[in-house]
Amino acid sequence: MAQQFTLNELVSGVVNRLKSAGMGYYLMVLISGLLVLAATGAGLHAMIMGHENFYNVTREMPWGILIAAYVFFVVTSTGLCLVSSIGHVFGIQDFMPIAKRSVFLSIATILSGFFVIAFEIKLPWRMAIYNVISPNLTSNIWWMGTLYGIYLMFMFMEYVFLNMNKHNPAVVCGFSGSVAGILAHSNLGAVFGLLMGREFWHGPYMPIYFIASAMMTGCAVIIMFHILGYKVNNEKMGPDMERSLEVTTKVGILLICVILFFTTWKMISGIAGEPGGKYEAIMALINGKFAFSFWVFEILAAMVAPLILFMLSRGKNLKFMLLASISMIIGIFVMRFNLVMVGQSVPVYLELGVNEYKHLMDYVPSLYEMIITAGGFGMTALLFLLGEKIFDGHKVDADHH
Amino acid sequence: MDNKMDLDKHQNEGIENIPMQQRRDFLKMGLAITGIFAGGSMLSVASTFNRAHASDFAKKYPYKPHYSMVMRQDRCIDCERCMEACVKTNHVPNVHGAYRTTILEKETPDAIGGKREFIPVLCNQCNLPQCVRVCPTKATYKDKTNGIVMMKIQNCIGCLTCQEGCPYNARYFSEEKKAVDKCNFCIDTRLAHGEKLTACAFACPAEVRVFGDLSNQEDQVFKLVHQIEKQVWVLRPEAGTRPNVFYTKG
Repeated sequence: MAQQFTLNELVSGVVNRLKSAGMGYYLMVLISGLLVLAATGAGLHAMIMGHENFYNVTREMPWGILIAAYVFFVVTSTGLCLVSSIGHVFGIQDFMPIAKRSVFLSIATILSGFFVIAFEIKLPWRMAIYNVISPNLTSNIWWMGTLYGIYLMFMFMEYVFLNMNKHNPAVVCGFSGSVAGILAHSNLGAVFGLLMGREFWHGPYMPIYFIASAMMTGCAVIIMFHILGYKVNNEKMGPDMERSLEVTTKVGILLICVILFFTTWKMISGIAGEPGGKYEAIMALINGKFAFSFWVFEILAAMVAPLILFMLSRGKNLKFMLLASISMIIGIFVMRFNLVMVGQSVPVYLELGVNEYKHLMDYVPSLYEMIITAGGFGMTALLFLLGEKIFDGHKVDADHH
Repeated sequence: MDNKMDLDKHQNEGIENIPMQQRRDFLKMGLAITGIFAGGSMLSVASTFNRAHASDFAKKYPYKPHYSMVMRQDRCIDCERCMEACVKTNHVPNVHGAYRTTILEKETPDAIGGKREFIPVLCNQCNLPQCVRVCPTKATYKDKTNGIVMMKIQNCIGCLTCQEGCPYNARYFSEEKKAVDKCNFCIDTRLAHGEKLTACAFACPAEVRVFGDLSNQEDQVFKLVHQIEKQVWVLRPEAGTRPNVFYTKG
């Protein structure tokens, strides 16, 4: 594997692999590329003409679907990093074969997250300057942004070292990336959890929940993209890769149970004693305006159905596993949407009982917001598809032979 | 009437004929009742005392001047002159959701007498402001001299985390100013030019909004919050931000 290639050989290899792809591949590349282009157009248009004319966010609910999408993508990236690190950082052999594709996808998903948030933040260019020259160390969002920047750098270096087959520096970068990822992601949880005026989010639950739910998401995404990766390359999985997905499925089952357990206690703690502000939010999920998305997507699609399918698959039936992981990813996206929206939908003056804020507030994403969200997914899909061909199916030595 | 007739027929038995035990029981009962009332009154005074002192909300007044506002809530008639004055003085854009101060309306249908109250709200210039803690770039900060929560426009990245953090819904994003905008007690538009009152306090015909310096014991705001006759409260004390806007009646 440690062969040396000339640049021309590398380029011709990539070109040949891209040429060998079928029509379906080109179509998917085209669609995902168009989604990214449409999102870029919509985002820039909104930025230039003023976000308030194109987004449905309000003074009372300033964070819309783009924040939910950002949270979703960085949750996914952190999860990919953490689950794959079990193998290539902590040395559990069964997880080794999923390392390269997972690390590549963790970079793809965090870039998708940055892509989406760039259009949500009103003045992103100022962030590049004032995050550096005017940092606020008490701000979780500052830590989150800074640590995710460091995380991206480590993940990128790790991927390069993995491809160069330089194991030791790859492990160092992988470990550093995992630490940065955990710190960054728990800080994202704390962005919500440390807001004392928002009862639904407030408390130590969010940072802890975010890490556990990242790992659950990571399992789903690893399973889905590995099965799809082999379909794209029209190859059959070797026994090592099959074993790797089998253990990932087991970790997935465990983490679904963890999140079900977390969710159950979150709901009970919001009902017992009817704590003001939190109770209304929890009831909105149980039998209010968020009930459908909670029960159908968050509980059934994200957790219960995949749990059953994973168990039935025994980690071997790839069809069940693919179906379960797709269901999980859709459900988890709605889970993130609910998390962001339910917390904001309780007006800060609800307890005051004034006419203006007697009920929970509504938010429906605008067309522009939906296009940009779709663009985020388009970017992950595009990078995944290109990565499969450019990096030749992210093959790992053990899987190669 | 029959009972009264019956009572009239009875003779006064005289206290000298009541057994000692019965007298003692009566005295004990009297003491107990008195005690309950006295204790209750003292408790109620104590709890009012706790709530009435601004120092319990703001904890301390570290600024000089320590700007503060007291709302005499029941005087507000929702004429909205404060809102108009604020918009004009501080160039608040004329778009939905853009305001630095507003008036909320509360109805209590089963109340005896008046059933509607108006509650003016604005930035509470908190001593422990969440918005300042969460801002990644120090675009919003507590002025070291007067304690007003200020905006440094060029630092604002528009992440709107401060809006999420504010328990008073006191902030909005201004597309015109390209930054989050909020009440600053007219520090730049009036106080810096020698005016003594904010635009809203100046415009209010019913003197609902009393503006002043909490660090000055002679100031009206100090006197209004450091007394126990009338209840003084703050909005959302549980958010722990130690606000500097107080509410009272009368």
